[in-house]
Amino acid sequence: MPERTFRLNGEQVTVDVPDDMRLLWVLRDILGVTGPKYGCGINVCKACTSHLNGTAVNPCAIPVGDVQPTDEVTTIEGLADTVDTDLHPMQQAWLDHDVSQCGYCQPGQIMAAVALVRRVAREGRELTEEDLDGIRNICRCGTYVRIRQAVKDAATRM
Amino acid sequence: MNGAHREPQPTADGPTPGRRRFLGYILAAPTLVAAAELLPAPPASAATADTATAAVPSADLTEIVDLNDLMTLATAPTAGLITVQVNQDGTVSFALPRAEVGQGITTSTAMLIAEELDVPLEQVRITLADARPELVFNQLTGASNTTLATYTPVRVAAAIARARLLAAAATELGAAVDELAVEAGVITGPGGRNVAFGDLAVKAAAVRTQRVTADLKAPGQFTVIGTPRSRLDALDAVTGRKKFAMDLAVPGAAPTMVCRPPTLNGTVRSVANTAAVLAMPGVTDVTVIPTGVAVRARTFGQCIDAVRALKVSWRPGTAEGKSDQSVLKELEAAELPMGPPPLTPSVEAKFTFHFRGNSALETNCAIADVRPGSAEIWASLKSPIVAKQAIAAKLGLPLGAVTVHVIQGGGSFGRKLFFDAALEAVEISRKTGKPVKLMWHRADDTRQGRAHPMATSRVRIDHLGDAVLGYRQRHTSVSTDLGHGFGEIVTALAARLPVADLGFSETFFVLSQSMPYDFGTDSRLLNETDGGFNTGSMRNVYSPDVTCARELVIDKLASKTGKDPYRFRRAFLKDERTRAVLDKVASAGRWGRAMPSGTAQGIALHSEYHSVSAVLVEIDCRPETVNRPIRDGVTGPRVTRAVCAVDVGLTVNPRGLEAQMMGCLMDGIAQTLTSSLHLRDGYFLEASWDNYFYTRQWNTPPELEIFVMPTSTGTPGGAGELGVAASMAAVACAYGRATGTMPTAFPINHGTLSFVPMPTVPPIPQSPTDGLDHAH
Repeated sequence: MPERTFRLNGEQVTVDVPDDMRLLWVLRDILGVTGPKYGCGINVCKACTSHLNGTAVNPCAIPVGDVQPTDEVTTIEGLADTVDTDLHPMQQAWLDHDVSQCGYCQPGQIMAAVALVRRVAREGRELTEEDLDGIRNICRCGTYVRIRQAVKDAATRM
Repeated sequence: MNGAHREPQPTADGPTPGRRRFLGYILAAPTLVAAAELLPAPPASAATADTATAAVPSADLTEIVDLNDLMTLATAPTAGLITVQVNQDGTVSFALPRAEVGQGITTSTAMLIAEELDVPLEQVRITLADARPELVFNQLTGASNTTLATYTPVRVAAAIARARLLAAAATELGAAVDELAVEAGVITGPGGRNVAFGDLAVKAAAVRTQRVTADLKAPGQFTVIGTPRSRLDALDAVTGRKKFAMDLAVPGAAPTMVCRPPTLNGTVRSVANTAAVLAMPGVTDVTVIPTGVAVRARTFGQCIDAVRALKVSWRPGTAEGKSDQSVLKELEAAELPMGPPPLTPSVEAKFTFHFRGNSALETNCAIADVRPGSAEIWASLKSPIVAKQAIAAKLGLPLGAVTVHVIQGGGSFGRKLFFDAALEAVEISRKTGKPVKLMWHRADDTRQGRAHPMATSRVRIDHLGDAVLGYRQRHTSVSTDLGHGFGEIVTALAARLPVADLGFSETFFVLSQSMPYDFGTDSRLLNETDGGFNTGSMRNVYSPDVTCARELVIDKLASKTGKDPYRFRRAFLKDERTRAVLDKVASAGRWGRAMPSGTAQGIALHSEYHSVSAVLVEIDCRPETVNRPIRDGVTGPRVTRAVCAVDVGLTVNPRGLEAQMMGCLMDGIAQTLTSSLHLRDGYFLEASWDNYFYTRQWNTPPELEIFVMPTSTGTPGGAGELGVAASMAAVACAYGRATGTMPTAFPINHGTLSFVPMPTVPPIPQSPTDGLDHAH
């Protein structure tokens, strides 16, 4: 089997897996990084949302062969290390608004929210209700309103 | 539904002034362990039962005893086995015999202990107890019963521990107990000398188990209960540290999936290519089980490949050839008569409620390690005792040889009352001789999982002018599978109730369906048909459909008689608590305010679990809103604002209660507007969250207000499911008022299939490979 190497949460990792294995299973089943959750496997529910070089991606839909040695994969476990504080402002906003219910979708929600706020900032504009409407991540507990509040709050702190 | 006919609850503000005394134990243990013992709660006593029997023909049974009473009674004799342990590091441990699936009971339980022990909330460690058959009925998580059933015993155990710590501190500090003060886990005596709980944990331990008494705080002394607290697992959730069943590293437990049939509950006839699939990369095992063909591999990705590669010949399922239309015909054939035609004017309507999926975001899953002579299981289970018994029976093992660990669940909504994944995992582990980590694919969960049964509901209200003379409702449903423990409770206690002639479902129905309105002669009946579907008691069970039908016909009657829907409801309410929540949403929601054409308000209420709730929503049904473009989604009418008011008697954690009401609202919106399963040719078409349209951000009300009412009854009622019914009904009423047409089939978009169904063979889709193209 080919060796694949990439950066994961600040460290270079190397795995011996087929190229077409989706990154989600490399993370969860081979490397034991379980923050990204399985919710559908077809890039719909967004529970596995993580970052690739800072943008939001869904590892369930990325063959590990597409990931380059210098690519930086950040999962929820590595998010706080991208800032100087103990927690990323988005995680802190999540705590401040007590967003989580069962918590299963929350790693993906947070990673998607961080990418959204960064994108809006890159575009030099304010976060809108339409931006929030566009978050596709499912929360079957329905904590959507608190998610909106937390994202808006964190956007002022990022 | 409160009070007059029920036995007094053991509350601190009951008939005895000041503190109430409760019995319990100090157990022999290395550190302090206190156990609560309740005298069997006054059950359906002779007087109550007589009253009930006499009252049956006309009374609302839920006013005398409801499902929660029944469950609370059932749990009382064993509640004494609940133990609170004080550890040397100052933490306090409690193994909660319930399932945490997002409803917040670990946090609220920690609050009860923090309150009575005077220990900081952060020092309380709540875990979920393994299956404990000795608890008999007392480990079933359902019917929003957790806090009702555990409120007193958990506090008693904590209070006993506190008293014991005080006694130990008195010796340690050379002072009398009444000279000591407790604050934040530290006991301080005269002169400021102090000792922490952790330093007393061993000294306060008992060498012999002994029976003791303890006093509970009066509600006026509460400093934790009733205050808003964040979830104790929030930090773990936002950092990815929170572990669900599939995140556990059980040695040797390799990913496992099942190739499932193309129609509901089909079974395997033969497999044509076992050897070829076994030779695929990573695959270690291929084995036939009753529900399909199991594959075990190094990764779930390889399981998906193997499931898709299997060539299986299938036998028919349990709903072969059936469709929404054929089931509707079955329901119509099973509908009970409405009775003789009324002699007075009446309003009448019939509603259809389609199948709805009961999947959580965490798909059905379990880990099993079956060995000769023993078995160990890890899963989120709301009925772990029944699961353990079933697994032991299946394996031919003594109960003690089976260990069932209850893991925090990624949602439930009733789904985790069923332990089908655990049974499958056990079967596969037994057959392969290896530990397995079994996970259902999303498509499996949607197509072969549990569903809220399709139902019709007919309602007739007889009136003469403004006077309502009678209310009739005939609810006809595909059978709801209650075979997970409720059944045992009902069997055990039904004899005490005036429902002897009814089956499980009908008993559940009459025990859970309250009637908050004084509508004269009141007759509500359930009839069920067709057991061929995998159904379950989805969040709030019968109530969302039953309540939605009722509230719509009330709107219809109000309209016919020229009354305002809010004031009409208010005039007929039976009790003050219900009136108060209705008034609250009407005033806070500015009921009756002028709104543009195509938009409207709706208002509805529901009472259950000794709690009451009211919801007011505003909906926008204008074309520019309905037709907003969203890729692979259903937009439709949007609820633009929601106002909820809830009275649960006594609120333990208002922040948690608000979270539950918000979730209930999202469920109600989904069930009225967007969420359903379509049955065609014996299978459900939906296989994805972009097929099954649960509420998404684009359906979420931008404005939401939730009002938690002040303490009313003084004891906590149920909350986790409470808000679904009123939410669903309020959205339906608002839709009817905005469009001028009362909706009669739910969800309103069911007639339009908004997606292209995925194939059934292979049963699960391949993961896409274009993820990098969608980076954002």
